[in-house]
Amino acid sequence: MAMTGVLRPGHAQIRVLDLDESIKWYTDVMGLVPMGKDSQGRAYFKARAERDHNSIILRQADRAGMDFFGFKVRDDATLQALEQKLHAAGVATERMPAGELLETGERVRFKIPTGHTIELYAEKKHVGNATGCLNPEVDVIDGPGICPIRLDHCLIYGGDIDGSRKLFEEVLGFNLVERVKLEDGTTDLATWLTCSTKAHDIAMVRHSEDDKLHHVSFQLGSWEQVLRAADIMSKNRVSIDVGPTRHGITNGTTIYFFDPSGNRLETFSGGYDHYPDMEPITWTWDEVGAGIFYHNRKLNDAFLSVVT
Amino acid sequence: MAAYTITIEDTGESYRCVDYRSVLEGMEALGRRGIPVGCRQGGCGVCKVQVTSGSYSKRVMSRAHVSAEEEAAGCVLACRIKPTSDLRIRVLGQMKKNVCRVVEPAPVQHVHST
Repeated sequence: MAMTGVLRPGHAQIRVLDLDESIKWYTDVMGLVPMGKDSQGRAYFKARAERDHNSIILRQADRAGMDFFGFKVRDDATLQALEQKLHAAGVATERMPAGELLETGERVRFKIPTGHTIELYAEKKHVGNATGCLNPEVDVIDGPGICPIRLDHCLIYGGDIDGSRKLFEEVLGFNLVERVKLEDGTTDLATWLTCSTKAHDIAMVRHSEDDKLHHVSFQLGSWEQVLRAADIMSKNRVSIDVGPTRHGITNGTTIYFFDPSGNRLETFSGGYDHYPDMEPITWTWDEVGAGIFYHNRKLNDAFLSVVT
Repeated sequence: MAAYTITIEDTGESYRCVDYRSVLEGMEALGRRGIPVGCRQGGCGVCKVQVTSGSYSKRVMSRAHVSAEEEAAGCVLACRIKPTSDLRIRVLGQMKKNVCRVVEPAPVQHVHST
């Protein structure tokens, strides 16, 4: 698939209850690279293999959750074209000025029907990864911390997931990869969407409250790296929700866990490739347990109830 | 290291909790149940309890789930308090969702007077 339009998840701004504690945790336990603070006091990080300046932004707040999730698009012309498509679809947008986020160009910000704030942007300063672009060595993952490859995707919770799915599909060019149906066989409980050939770039679950975060996910290189992450989590007394295990949906291996403010994160490896000509995979409500957690085939209470 | 007795008034059950663990972690560490377990980090609100007697230390918790007034009145998240004496608590939090009945109205807030 030629990659045009929306390229990939680029940044997530996460609210934290204690910024200093969180900066230390995202640095030492997650193994993200600190990339400085801005005049508002927000703290910036990138994953080791990411080449752009930042992907995770932490903001001190009195409640947990996610302020916004951003996608990088191919170039400025694409940004303008997608802005016009959003307007044509009746979606109001706001331009956030260049530099409002560190080393990031203008962002087109809008709300989707589930109440979440989504951004598109074309420019973020290239700072390079750990090994560079000329005759690079392999990046040996030796810590400190988990050291994920990249910000991979997020799962959001809200009411009108049909409206949000249509916006991502029809306006932003995403494709439906998998879905879970409720008992009526018609209504989606959840959908997984991609803008690339990844198994998912964003997913959404139907929920009674809008604008909720289920998790932000980071990619790891292998199942062995997922087990290594679990060891690092236990050694550091990280609150683990579920795992290590495998998802039936996407086939990814996973750990769900919580940051020091209760925001769920995921370390994730694997997942198949999706191309736009593939038929979406459907899970029925009675097999959702195996879809979410393939090995024990049970949905846990926390999956549907614990969000920030 | 000291340990204290935590009594869940709703069920009458009690367990021992060491002073370096939160009331929620102390319950989980012994395989006990009674308080819903969510993020364990003060963010999600499902482990909300009313402390009816006893003393504790506490850490910052989400204002989306516990107001300053509630916190001052001993209505707190069990994951963010550590006992400094025996405690009696009532459970306020709940797991709200299931697969067949996902979209529900917001739950009525239970107000427990002390």
